[in-house]
Amino acid sequence: MSAGSRNSALVVEDLKVHFGGGSSLFGPKPTVHAVDGVSFSVPAGKTFGIVGESGSGKTTTALAIMRLVHITAGRVALGDTPIGELEGEDLRAARRQFQIVFQDPYSSLDPRKRAGEIVREPLDLMQIGTRAEREAKVAELFEQVGLRPEQRVLFPHQFSGGQRQRLGLARALSTEPDLIVCDEPVSALDVAIQAQILNLMARLQRELGLTYLFISHDLGVVQHICDEIAVMYLGQIVEQADRVTLFNNPQHPYTKALLAAVPTVHGNKRDRRNRTRLKGDPPSPVNLPTGCRFASRCPIAEVRCSKVAPPLEDRGDGHKVSCLLV
Amino acid sequence: MTHPLLSVEEVVVDFETRAGKARVLDHVSLEVASGEILGIVGESGCGKSMTALSIMGLVPDPPGKVTSGSIKLEGRELVGLDHESLRRIRGKDIGMIFQEPMTSLNPVFTVGEQIAESIRLHENASPKAAMARAVEMLRSVEIPEPEMRAKAYPHQLSGGMRQRVMIAIALACRPRVLIADEPTTALDATVQAQIFDLLQDLQSEMGTAIILITHDMGAIAELADNVAVMYAGRVVEKGRVETVLSAPEHPYTKGLITCVPHLEPDPPIEREVLMEIPGVVPALTELGVGCAFAPRCAEKIAQCESAKPALRASPDAHLTACWVAEQEAGR
Repeated sequence: MSAGSRNSALVVEDLKVHFGGGSSLFGPKPTVHAVDGVSFSVPAGKTFGIVGESGSGKTTTALAIMRLVHITAGRVALGDTPIGELEGEDLRAARRQFQIVFQDPYSSLDPRKRAGEIVREPLDLMQIGTRAEREAKVAELFEQVGLRPEQRVLFPHQFSGGQRQRLGLARALSTEPDLIVCDEPVSALDVAIQAQILNLMARLQRELGLTYLFISHDLGVVQHICDEIAVMYLGQIVEQADRVTLFNNPQHPYTKALLAAVPTVHGNKRDRRNRTRLKGDPPSPVNLPTGCRFASRCPIAEVRCSKVAPPLEDRGDGHKVSCLLV
Repeated sequence: MTHPLLSVEEVVVDFETRAGKARVLDHVSLEVASGEILGIVGESGCGKSMTALSIMGLVPDPPGKVTSGSIKLEGRELVGLDHESLRRIRGKDIGMIFQEPMTSLNPVFTVGEQIAESIRLHENASPKAAMARAVEMLRSVEIPEPEMRAKAYPHQLSGGMRQRVMIAIALACRPRVLIADEPTTALDATVQAQIFDLLQDLQSEMGTAIILITHDMGAIAELADNVAVMYAGRVVEKGRVETVLSAPEHPYTKGLITCVPHLEPDPPIEREVLMEIPGVVPALTELGVGCAFAPRCAEKIAQCESAKPALRASPDAHLTACWVAEQEAGR
């Protein structure tokens, strides 16, 4: 065991997930570089956020860590468990330690199962405890996430969106995992309900010492809940810093543009016209540019940016930026 | 605002459901002048989209029905108009952009044809002239290479481009009023910013009145002139955006502003617990005699459960429907 893994719950090194490739009847198939060399580590009990737009690879990163998509290259470890290398029954048994909460609480709960059964299912599959112990555990989980134990007999459609996400959390917590991957856990919820779930997640983390990997496109939510944040663009991390530094001293032009794009209640009609705007959409992850992947949309790009790919470098105090110009 | 372009007065919409009669809109009054943006905010199920549908004459009937009230466009009454007259107004005088650009576009026609369709229908233009206008519209919504894109099918365009096409369709006949129902919910932040810029630009060029339906208070702050906050089918607070956001009076408005983690340029090192609005929006069939927000309200007093508060003007000229605010103002 290396020194790093003792205080790091989750270590991801040079993770790559590529889709496609090879050849078919109609010639070679293009390769989609969904995640292309991502490294980070999350200390136990902390929340690591990944932000980025659709197609940036944030969800694929989460799914790769959950071993729900094929890992092309790289290392993923949770404490002493090399998640990335396990196969078959070993992997299934290790899944106790890492669980996921999905974005859409409407489609991620089986409509034909009762709520209690949904939350109990991981315990059944992992054969944890006796039947009576499992039932008691489910009742306890219901209380922990703010539901009433007697609601165990209801079906998912009888719950509101916020309550369903509480069920999703209870299910994830049932195996007493170390890591919970949260893929946009509040995006599908009404604004007034988001706060209820975010506060619940913060409380559960304090009480249970959970480590969260939090995927979101909502910068306000990420700023609120995360300790450390990575900004992804086209399969790579372009900037990473703690929550205070990233927002008060953003360095990468993409991070700046992303922050400027979010309307805030402090803003008004006049200021919004004076901000830098990104033009166009991100390039395709199939035909990646040779240099900096952001160069085609970057407001300050120079000629060399499209030739040399900038490395992600530590600029002091763990604030990492990949840009040749800052 | 002396002459509102569009005025909605005391509109009531009822739905017959198996669980009984549901009052989906309860005496809703709104007005928007040309060149203005009116924001409507609230959670799902508060009546935002139903307000839009009632303006468009698209309340599904049955089971829904505009029971009473009046909707006037430049003084002309829209409630009770026959289908044919409404069809002439929709798309020509009032345009609408929907939330999901993929499902609102027809997958089997090119985007050029879909824009040209409304021009041909409303202005009797020849197919050729209509297509030329469609290309112009694509150019004005800043789609690169509009001649080529006009021949593209919706699936060949990105989400942001599709929403631009929706805007082009809605604005093709230069409507006086544009209703945008959560136009950027499905889009990324940087693309959302582009769409908002575009709406503002087009509005200042054409003088269109825009009704922007959203749940994002930030978007209201940066785009709208006036705002109406809706809860359970009623307007609970409305006024100038600056006033409502800086001095909200209704506890629901206050909750909507504080329960969302707003992006701060200088976040505090110690994290605060977010304000919560407990509970959920009530079922419209189960509303009691009191204020619909009372069961979720931290500030409620006895009066709140016995009668519905009416909209009342406060000294800074915005309207609030709240017994507590009224009591405090009376003091």
